Amino acid sequence: MELLIDVASWVCLLTGGFLGITGAIGLFRFPDVYTRLHAASVTDTSCMGLIILGLMLQAGFGMMFLKLLLVILILAYTSPTVAHILIKTARREGPEPILDNKGKNHRHRD
Amino acid sequence: MATATASIFLRDLFALVMLFGIFSLLTASFFLNLDAPDVAMTEAAIGAGISPILMLGTLALIRNRSAPRVKKTIRATMAPILAVTITGAALIYASFDMPYLADPQAPAHNHVAPRYIQQSLQEIGIPNAVTSVLASYRGYDTLGEVFVIFTAGIGVLALLGFMHNTSGRRYSQFADTASLDHHTILHVISKIAIPLILLFAFYVQFHGEYSPGGGFQAGVIFAVAFILYAMIYGLETVYKVVSMRLIRMTMVAGVLLYAGTGVASLFLGGNYLDYGTLAHEPVHGQHLGIILIELGVALCVASVMLSTFLCFAGRAAVRPDEMEEGDKPT
Repeated sequence: MELLIDVASWVCLLTGGFLGITGAIGLFRFPDVYTRLHAASVTDTSCMGLIILGLMLQAGFGMMFLKLLLVILILAYTSPTVAHILIKTARREGPEPILDNKGKNHRHRD
Repeated sequence: MATATASIFLRDLFALVMLFGIFSLLTASFFLNLDAPDVAMTEAAIGAGISPILMLGTLALIRNRSAPRVKKTIRATMAPILAVTITGAALIYASFDMPYLADPQAPAHNHVAPRYIQQSLQEIGIPNAVTSVLASYRGYDTLGEVFVIFTAGIGVLALLGFMHNTSGRRYSQFADTASLDHHTILHVISKIAIPLILLFAFYVQFHGEYSPGGGFQAGVIFAVAFILYAMIYGLETVYKVVSMRLIRMTMVAGVLLYAGTGVASLFLGGNYLDYGTLAHEPVHGQHLGIILIELGVALCVASVMLSTFLCFAGRAAVRPDEMEEGDKPT
């Protein structure tokens, strides 16, 4: 049982770390603000959730478990809202999204 | 250090504000690493919370790129570099003589610190030694801090002024662009989040004696809840909830509460800010005194932060006719 919990938390932490790294790479390499924000919000929600889930599995059932659960809840409320507001503001007064690779809507990288 | 270096070379002020926020967050994690959670909480709340908000409010009033760098002669650039290098070298040389980080023989750990650590629980009776040092042993310094915050608040009020409630034309202009009426998700989420933020502010305030917390952090978090409300629902609505007069009175009331506790203990026969005289027993008096002054600190800090933000935001409402070309509308 201990081994199972350890393996599960390892998997969660490693996957969360991998998602965080890919989110950071995507933040630099994607061509458009909308795709970049999608990469950043993947980091915000999935990476954060998996890492905290891995820590929760390590913490056992106690005060730390509840505190980490509260942290996940708060971040699950606020970080998608922030991403939503950023995208909405960008859509309203920012660049047009790049819809294909042929340069029709293409704006130069800012 | 990377964020600090990048801050020098960037010209885009919006990115600079974000970098300052990141820098403050990293500094807060350094403090946490050095086992100072109170300071870390304050640094994170102020440096990564309030400061970017106020800086962005300033950016709404000015352009958002700094002026292009003027090319100077070699001699003009060499003199500051030389001065900075010499001063830096002197400081680094002086740091060789400093004691190691947790050296038990260091002077900072040897004069009053053992007395604070060993006797704080008996003399003051609260588990958080940081709060007992801040509020009781060094209460006079904390009173000075509160005065500094209060002075900053009235300085901002004197410089930026505040919108009178009677100029309705200005309000409607601001309410149109910034009240975010059509953002339903923000409204829903903020209705859930703002009461929780206020509750957390009260928790940090009253739990400052048992866990990291206290008046400064609680005041900042309290102000942040109101600032969030102002950003989402507009300035008009915030002024219906809390008027500028109330904020000014709270600012003064916080300082008076703190200083008045000291005067009360003078009247009751002790020294200034000697809380032992406030109740029938010294330890209870310490508890009462700490609760009162933490309340004073929280009131002053919260109202100063809120009034500063409202001054900036109120200013932004009258600027749109004076914008320059290329700026985004506020």
